[in-house]
Amino acid sequence: MQRGLFLRGLRHGVPIALGYLSVAFAFGITATRAGLNPLQALLISMTNVTSAGQLAGVELMAAGAGLTEMALTQLTINLRYALMSISLSQRLDGSMGTLQRMIFAFCNTDEIFAVASAQPERLNKAYCYGLMLGPWAGWSLGTVLGAAAGSLLPAFFRISLGIAIYGMFLAIILPPSRKSRAVRVVVLLSAALAVAFRYVPGLNQVPAGYVIICCAVAAACVGAWRFPVAEEPEGEEAPQA
Amino acid sequence: MSWSVYVPYLLVMALITYLVRMLPLTIFRKPIRSRFFRSFLHYVPYAVLSAMTIPGVLYSTGYEPGGDVRLLVCAVAGLAVAVPLAWRGKSLLTVAVAACLGVAAALGLFLLTGQMNL
Repeated sequence: MQRGLFLRGLRHGVPIALGYLSVAFAFGITATRAGLNPLQALLISMTNVTSAGQLAGVELMAAGAGLTEMALTQLTINLRYALMSISLSQRLDGSMGTLQRMIFAFCNTDEIFAVASAQPERLNKAYCYGLMLGPWAGWSLGTVLGAAAGSLLPAFFRISLGIAIYGMFLAIILPPSRKSRAVRVVVLLSAALAVAFRYVPGLNQVPAGYVIICCAVAAACVGAWRFPVAEEPEGEEAPQA
Repeated sequence: MSWSVYVPYLLVMALITYLVRMLPLTIFRKPIRSRFFRSFLHYVPYAVLSAMTIPGVLYSTGYEPGGDVRLLVCAVAGLAVAVPLAWRGKSLLTVAVAACLGVAAALGLFLLTGQMNL
């Protein structure tokens, strides 16, 4: 294992880790609010390492959703990682065998993908391991801190922190919406459908997990139909994160 | 939450999330051919995050339909701060912190003017 590459990966992971620390703190608070204890919140973060999927997951737990709904929701919300993994799979060097790929895949988050994709050379396993370590630790630590200390925080802070994770989502979807009309249409359509599912009588009886699936699949299909992406997709279609 | 309820949820979440990441990275070693499917995958993240944010963000302060409307106002204040910053491409951390500050400012105003008690 090349020490220099490992350290470089570790360094590149620091800003991600710091960002995760604060967002995971908010997730920890949300998780306890949904009825989970700090250890349960921590285990979710240690094994899932994904903000949107975990947030939807604890909401479904709190609502007593079925396991099928949970599975389909996770599949849809995390489908973007399949795209990122396909893209990354083209950019690994010879040191990344099947086992190494299986390990790195565990931490293929939006931000790690963005940093890894931005590297000019092919990715070595030492760099990948270094890169995933800090964000994973930050995500886990932030969660347990938020879950444990969240209940000690005055209501003022708890109310204010709940929006953090949505701020992060906005920071991911709005810049590409500004640049691309296609993304803008998809984002607005999906939001409009989600609003309809929330407020239109009848539609608002549909379970939360299925709502996200319906909105996302419908909006993404319209996007793919009306605005097919150009032939040269590799690396360029990552969300800006 | 009782562990007997929690553990099956945890296993399903972790397993699905991992497989979605792991299978393409280990199995797919060639680019996808179908232009429609590639395009679909391209738009999925934006569609998912959009549906999760709108209208969920309005309830992020603990507001519930029929509940304290001032909590809704606080969430809208946070949103009003976050959207222009995100639009201009500020970092995830900046936008997240600014959104919290927007909520805190509105909440503080309600508390200081005595219109609200926590």
